[in-house]
Amino acid sequence: MTLGTLLLAGLFRRRGRTLLTLASIVAAFALFGLLDAVRIVFNAGADNAGLNRLIVTSRLSLIQPLPLSQLPRIQAIEGVDAVAHANWFGGVYQDRRNFFPNLAVSPAEWLAVHPEIRLTPATREKFLNERTAALAGVDLVDRFNWQTGQKIPLEGTIFPNKAGTNTWTFDLVGAMRGDGDTRSNFDGQLLFRYDYFDEGRLRDHGTVGWYVVRVHDPARSNAIAQQIDALFKNSDAETKTQSEKEFNLAFVKQFGDVGMIVSAIMAAVFFTVLLLTANTLSQAMRERIPELAVLKTLGFSNGTVCGLVLGESVLLLLLGGLGGLVAATLLLPALNGKLGAQLPPLSVTPGSWALGLAIMLGIGLLVGLPPALRAMRLRIVDALADR
Amino acid sequence: MVSLRKVSKSYVRGRQSVAVLHDVDLDIPDGDFVALMGPSGSGKTTLLNLIGGLDSPTAGSVEVAGAHLERLNSGQLAQWRAANVGFIFQFYNLLPMLSARSNVELPLLLTALSAREREQRAMIALSLVGLADRANHRPAELSGGQEQRVAIARAVVSDPRLLVCDEPTGDLDRQTADDILGLLQRLNREHGKTIIMVTHDPKAAQFASRQVHLDKGVLTDAPVV
Repeated sequence: MTLGTLLLAGLFRRRGRTLLTLASIVAAFALFGLLDAVRIVFNAGADNAGLNRLIVTSRLSLIQPLPLSQLPRIQAIEGVDAVAHANWFGGVYQDRRNFFPNLAVSPAEWLAVHPEIRLTPATREKFLNERTAALAGVDLVDRFNWQTGQKIPLEGTIFPNKAGTNTWTFDLVGAMRGDGDTRSNFDGQLLFRYDYFDEGRLRDHGTVGWYVVRVHDPARSNAIAQQIDALFKNSDAETKTQSEKEFNLAFVKQFGDVGMIVSAIMAAVFFTVLLLTANTLSQAMRERIPELAVLKTLGFSNGTVCGLVLGESVLLLLLGGLGGLVAATLLLPALNGKLGAQLPPLSVTPGSWALGLAIMLGIGLLVGLPPALRAMRLRIVDALADR
Repeated sequence: MVSLRKVSKSYVRGRQSVAVLHDVDLDIPDGDFVALMGPSGSGKTTLLNLIGGLDSPTAGSVEVAGAHLERLNSGQLAQWRAANVGFIFQFYNLLPMLSARSNVELPLLLTALSAREREQRAMIALSLVGLADRANHRPAELSGGQEQRVAIARAVVSDPRLLVCDEPTGDLDRQTADDILGLLQRLNREHGKTIIMVTHDPKAAQFASRQVHLDKGVLTDAPVV
């Protein structure tokens, strides 16, 4: 037997109660793993955004189009390297549940301002030269088992075409993949060419949803943003230029402050775990006062007895917490399958593991400290006499 | 082995100070087996706690196994107890979630012995009390007498010179009590352990080599009637 065995034996002294407490901790940390993955995905757009990119939208609203005539004037500003533009298409593949972001973009410029998009030279060549070409993120290709060369029909929800239908057909020329941390931004998207889209649509010709401006010197981003907005001030299409990070955050916040909602849920869950575990440990401690007094009688120091009680609390949280995070790790692939490409792939990141571990240790120490201090201060004579 | 000089002990209960022991002088030589007797509330257990280093005197000097216990702090007292005293209680006080062997091993966790050595010594101690075949049983699977034997094995496993026993047979039937007392007598005679045993029972006291009587916190020469 070792002190570790003694600690474990103490922890599982009332097996049923400990297992129930453990189950609630597993559930709480599984929820934490899932929610933190969602929080990270919603924040990732902002965190991964290139510092040298500006987004130009209508000053009125994100959905208000801008005239394409603004493009050369923006390009002419000193310090601007390249300008791409995009339109939100809002197309649906086969079923509304199969939603994923699909954009009509200026192909060469789009790839130029997003160097983190990885694709083969042959795919790049086809996308730049074939009018009906489309690029799909690798997650979409896997999800729908698409093959290069296949025709992809999308049902437009905003733009009917000149043929009088909402069905638009694209030729898949290959897959794209985001580089490193930007995977989540591109791997679930479908891109196709603006010229094909603009010719084919019934209305709003010569307009774009937003411009993406790559600046030469990130330190001048603010000044260039002000210059762009000043250029179109008092025109029919006033602009609002922001950093890509600000734009992404504003986009996400259309759905509400996801980070705050998730954090609030997690705080409530952990507060419940805190109360539950504290109650269990304090009950266990009360029952074991004579046993702790015996340990002290045998020569266990105050510090060792305090450490044993604190160790039980931390071990309980670690067992449950790690179990919960493992459960979340195992559950997320299935959840990703259900979500499809509505969200970028969710995963329990090393950051979530580290944060989870810190929370486990924090709660373990917090709930273990009061009974541990009581155990340390326990007077043997009083405890043995049941006073 | 034990030398008490002018030992007094009082407790504060609420606003009142209750004197339990008054100027007790007592000498117990090495290898003695003393029965500490007296009516309830006479201070027997308090005296035993002072000798065992579980409590500190309000006044006087408690010298046991060469150490002045009143001068030791709680950490030093814990170390001293682990090295010098084995404790046997009326209600055995075994840890219910551990096997008999693990219960006996507990005091050895505080030593530098390897896990293998600890296990071997625990088995030797269990053999000494005749319970080697119950090593893997938990306290709930043992009779009262067997539990007390395990407690005795735990008390002797680290080979202390002094055993303090608080009513060790108080919860046992006559036959089992006699077996336990015979075992204590054997530990005293064959292994040279100094034993101080608190008891109400005159028959139990007969197993000791001498009797000491306490009445209202004062040592008396004769039994209190």
